[in-house]
Amino acid sequence: MFDFGIWTSWFNNLLTGCMPGWAATLIECVVIGVLVLATYALLALFYILYERKLCAWFQCRLGPMRVGKWGLLQVFADMFKILIKELISLKGTDKFLFKLAPYLVITSSVVMLACLPWGRGLQIINYNIGIFFVLAVSSVGVLGILLAGWSSNNKYTLIGAMRSGAQMVSYELSLGLAIITIVLFAGTMNINELVYAQNDGWFIFKGHIPAIIAFLIYVIAATAETNRGPFDLPEAEHELTAGYHTEYSGIHFGFFYLAEYLNLFIVSGIASLMFLGGWMPLHIPGWDGFNEVMNWIPSIVWFLGKAFFISYVIIWFKWTFPRVRIDQMLAFEWKYLMPFSLANLVLMAVFVALGWHF
Amino acid sequence: MNLLMEIGNGPLAITATITGIGLVFAALLIAKLISPKSYSVKKSEPYECGIPTRGESMIQFKTGYYIFAILFLIFDVETVFLYPWAVIARSLGVQSLLCIGIFLFILVLGLAYAWRKGALKWT
Repeated sequence: MFDFGIWTSWFNNLLTGCMPGWAATLIECVVIGVLVLATYALLALFYILYERKLCAWFQCRLGPMRVGKWGLLQVFADMFKILIKELISLKGTDKFLFKLAPYLVITSSVVMLACLPWGRGLQIINYNIGIFFVLAVSSVGVLGILLAGWSSNNKYTLIGAMRSGAQMVSYELSLGLAIITIVLFAGTMNINELVYAQNDGWFIFKGHIPAIIAFLIYVIAATAETNRGPFDLPEAEHELTAGYHTEYSGIHFGFFYLAEYLNLFIVSGIASLMFLGGWMPLHIPGWDGFNEVMNWIPSIVWFLGKAFFISYVIIWFKWTFPRVRIDQMLAFEWKYLMPFSLANLVLMAVFVALGWHF
Repeated sequence: MNLLMEIGNGPLAITATITGIGLVFAALLIAKLISPKSYSVKKSEPYECGIPTRGESMIQFKTGYYIFAILFLIFDVETVFLYPWAVIARSLGVQSLLCIGIFLFILVLGLAYAWRKGALKWT
């Protein structure tokens, strides 16, 4: 399997050969920043089109078709339109917090994006507490949404932000517990080691029953974490105008829009990393020929394929299930999902202690 | 991999953070340059749902959310404590199971207490 580390070390050697160390590091950091930025923008644009097309197909429509072939250029037109809209500054808003909120939301999703393993040797931030770091950064995004709702001087945004706060912090518990279940199984939090540990089978197969339950819990909690699907209470259009970003206009609104789609990709990416092997191809112990064939598919295709598949499922939820009420949503988390994930954690601990896994 | 190992995680995390801030800043700058500007009194009023707003908006709000926030604090700290255990549980074997069993039991007791007291009920 191709190792992208060859390219990065070639680039590193090229730079360190002709300039002092600090300058090489600086240039590498700038290159990484530009690459992350490009990836972020492209992914967000892709996801907007992906969602619009999928939603159209679920409703027996064609979706955007006019701009470009099959409407492929529609998202560029949309983004340009959002960019040329006026940025309205409102009376009575808390100006500083109002402008700070998009920074928090976008920055948290960029940092999370930089933590994902894209392929063999294609990972940027690689802490030994990797997955914990990702969860920690994700809570900064909640703060951004809360600030946006609070500072807008609008009662509906306040309700939206409060709902979003209650929802995101509640489902973060189940999300965290599902991830702990896998950390317990793997015995490491380093994202790179997590991927390599799935060389002889993905965790969802190796950990069978508890891992599958954890995967289901994770997908439900991730849907709620990204404020989507049946859990889109923070921006329930019929009740709250547009939720926490009602008062944002132009590109200010665009930031929340982009971050929402990027968060969808990130939770899908983490699901594929924790349960479906990240960029690791499907390996079945003993079937050497099969494994060889699977190794021919590039690692980045595996990672993106899994992430897009899980995003597909989450988008499918959104266009299939009706929205839940807030009391149902909180009761579902605290009375069902959370006790279940605790019980599942204990089950996994028993399985690991007794060796009942592959 | 080699390259990223050489730079170190700290500078990379800072690079990612600066990238995020830079993205917002640059997009806002472009929008400021190419977007039209006009001012009117009506436009700068909060939209809310279309009709004129009444009263303050930054008000003290329903306590229901507050109770869930407190519950979240308890259980989130608990999950933070679970992480180090989860990493080394495999090498500790059955003994770790007993220890964490007691820890989880106390927490589940807390959840049961909150449930019984009606803290999980939305009013």
